[in-house]
Amino acid sequence: MRVAFPFSAIVGQDEMKRAILLTAVDPTLGGVLILGHRGTAKSTAVRALPALLPPMTVVSGCRYGCDPDAGRRRCADCLANDAAGHKTRTTKTAVPVVDLPLGATEDRVVGALDLERALTRGEKAYEPGLLARAHRGYLYVDEINLLEDHLVDLLLDVAATGENVVEREGISVRHPARFVLVGSGNPEEGDLRPQLLDRFGLSVEVTTTTDLEERIEVIKRRDAFDRDPDGFTAQWADADRAIRRKVERARPRVDALTVPDEVLRAAARLCTAIGTDGVRGELALLRGARALAAFDGARHVGLTHLRTIAPSALRHRLRRNVLDDVGSTARIARAVTDVLGA
Amino acid sequence: MSVEGSTPVLDGTQRAALAAALVALDPVAFGGVVLRSPRADRATAWIAHLTALRPERSPVGRLPISIGDDRLLGGLDLAMTLATGRPVAERGLLARHDGGLLVLPCAERAGETLVARLAAVLDTHVAVPRGPFAGEPADARIGLIALDESEPEDEPIHAALADRLAFHLTLDVEDDTPYLTREEIDAAARRWHTIEMTHAQVATLVATAELLGVASVRALSFAVRTARGRAALDGRTHTSDDDCAAAAALVLGPRATRRPPATDNATESPPPPPPPSADAEPPPSDSSETPSADEVKALEEMLIQAALATLPMGLTMSAPAAAPRAGRSSGRAGMDRAGGRRGRQVGTRRGDPRAGGRLDLLETLRAAAPWQRLRPAPAGARERVRIQVRPDDFRIRRLVEPTGTTAIFVVDASGSAALNRMAEAKGAVELLLADAYSRRDEVALIAFRGTTADVLLAPTRAIAAAKRALAALPGGGGTPLASAIDRARELADRARRDGNDTIVVFLTDARANIARDGTPGRPAAEADATASATLLRQLGGTTLLIDTSTRPSTTAQALATAMGARYVALPRTDAQSIHAAVTAVRPTSS
Repeated sequence: MRVAFPFSAIVGQDEMKRAILLTAVDPTLGGVLILGHRGTAKSTAVRALPALLPPMTVVSGCRYGCDPDAGRRRCADCLANDAAGHKTRTTKTAVPVVDLPLGATEDRVVGALDLERALTRGEKAYEPGLLARAHRGYLYVDEINLLEDHLVDLLLDVAATGENVVEREGISVRHPARFVLVGSGNPEEGDLRPQLLDRFGLSVEVTTTTDLEERIEVIKRRDAFDRDPDGFTAQWADADRAIRRKVERARPRVDALTVPDEVLRAAARLCTAIGTDGVRGELALLRGARALAAFDGARHVGLTHLRTIAPSALRHRLRRNVLDDVGSTARIARAVTDVLGA
Repeated sequence: MSVEGSTPVLDGTQRAALAAALVALDPVAFGGVVLRSPRADRATAWIAHLTALRPERSPVGRLPISIGDDRLLGGLDLAMTLATGRPVAERGLLARHDGGLLVLPCAERAGETLVARLAAVLDTHVAVPRGPFAGEPADARIGLIALDESEPEDEPIHAALADRLAFHLTLDVEDDTPYLTREEIDAAARRWHTIEMTHAQVATLVATAELLGVASVRALSFAVRTARGRAALDGRTHTSDDDCAAAAALVLGPRATRRPPATDNATESPPPPPPPSADAEPPPSDSSETPSADEVKALEEMLIQAALATLPMGLTMSAPAAAPRAGRSSGRAGMDRAGGRRGRQVGTRRGDPRAGGRLDLLETLRAAAPWQRLRPAPAGARERVRIQVRPDDFRIRRLVEPTGTTAIFVVDASGSAALNRMAEAKGAVELLLADAYSRRDEVALIAFRGTTADVLLAPTRAIAAAKRALAALPGGGGTPLASAIDRARELADRARRDGNDTIVVFLTDARANIARDGTPGRPAAEADATASATLLRQLGGTTLLIDTSTRPSTTAQALATAMGARYVALPRTDAQSIHAAVTAVRPTSS
């Protein structure tokens, strides 16, 4: 495998980088939807994650990569091992980032009958799929707007429940599959079904920067990386390490952070002003603000965190006329100014 | 300022030779080529030249667009698996051509699945087999030569693929430039990573891309590599301005989406965005010299001149905002609907899974089971084989894909229609578009005025694009109704062959006055329109004609009858009722 372009060397695209890092701080934020044109570092940012994020501890030999401390939320194999009184050995491994290619079949995603054992021994056994490999990591779907609808449904269901239930071809298996779904797409090439949009925790819009200096810097870094991937990566290793430490320090803080009533009220007012349906918007807003506060090392969640995260948490939840050209981002900005002051 | 005499606009054969040399130099860094060739033998000759420049035993192969995943990326070798009784993986085409070149004929017809696979391999240089026991990921560092054999009216090659191939080359002239030798390429390949390029040169390439409307950062990376590669081929250690011009011509020009502001007449030209000044020291600058603003501007003009030679067809005349071909970004023509490889399973049938079908394992085993006692164990089998499966047992899944609907709007933008109810017609189409969005239909838009009918928007699900196309629709001119009906029939025919239901909605007053050949004259125009309408009716599908004239006209009613369309008179209706009328005739699917 080739060296991945370092995360910290990505020029600009701050909102996207922040959204992705916040899911590393708090994986329960829900997935991230990245909408934008080609060549805006979407894939680069996601593929840089395994090298960036702190390695995770897994149960040795567990084919789902269970967390030894997850208790009842481990897979059936690990629980059976425990019951049998076997000692659990652990090992460290990189956070998985699994690519789900367009045209992947359902078998491939959820897992299927183990062909070898079926053919050679006539046994029915389960061969885990992509969802199992993505457990505790990221499942990345490039061009999610072109993915078949039934697969998108399936992904969102599993992402929401954290469990993959397989009932097919005479197999009956369930295993934990808690992952952050990162979908990216170019809205010019087809829209994502509106019903699915608000199931993503955060959404970001990325555009190719038009700032010449920034573009030049993008090209020069890319060029430097192409010419000497190892040297370039080494040059950015410190910056990557600093981000990793920030994520590591933020994680334990998330649950301890309190959200003052003032912030809760502001969040509710913001959602009312924008007219989001249901409570998903408010939840995403508060969780996002909390993860951001933890990431920033703040003592408690403040209005600034709310203000920063509002566009990402809410822009895909607007009830909008599809033909309305007024950008969602502009509408959120207006509501934020109205509710929180300029 | 003048750059006369110094503009090294490469001619077609020089471009072809340089592209071949650069792909030979490093196929992986450049991804490959989109090759258009009016004559097939020129493409063959170019590929032969390129192959001759590659190292002795570097593999070259063909990649048929119908290739299945297991053949492409690696998969289970069924024969060996059955012979040995344990899974045997077979390497895919990509892995077998690691370090080599693959030729993709009819690239514009490659389906989305194949395009996605190739894009991933061009990005990661690794082929990851799909499916259980298909084998381990394998290196697949390939250069791809995509032969774009599309006609002007076809969908262009998929943007995701084109973006990843550095050069978009049209072989429109006889090839007589001497190509370099393999030794020269080898020497350059050893050093090309060390070629230095100045900050000003990078900055000017970026600024030029901006002027040409090239947004892709990948394209800029290719341009930088092209400049460096050319310097290496030339035996220099630093890139020259000519190298940058060559990069602009080879990489940026063919990707242009707009014509740059006029540069040949300095007095009129609006100042292009200021090139980065060297004194406002930009982030880590490794440029050794400090070029003056004039020098930078001169270089920029030179690059623009170079790129102008290779602008896409649609941009060579004066500047519409979006080139018809460059604007399309997603090819749907090749979607595997007809192939039946996706969708809901409706049963199984006997068949060979290597032909592209998906094996239904349980049914296969079930089919094999009754014969087990009759089948002797394979000779030499060390352990008893539990289940023997013979080719006859293979069952593959029968899949159906839910068909979608393609709504084709044909809008009369002629003078008479513009006078009448153009605004209402647009309003109605907008309502229908919103409706199409929630149903996930595809929509297409054809407008006719003057002497021609144009497909403003090929079938797409991007409704916002449809709305923009509609809003920008100008009015005025003649009514070339026959051509409009013909265009609609072509689109409908294609959509139906893709397995979609079609609904064609005409918004016109039916006062045809331009015949099919573009000549004015009402009688001939009406006869042509009726003839076209009859052909449309024979195609089948749902058709609706909305009469936009001030009073219901017999001409429009007659035309509706000829094309088998339901007739709705607009004068008595508004946008809402048109919407209701279309919804009423919509095919019952989805």
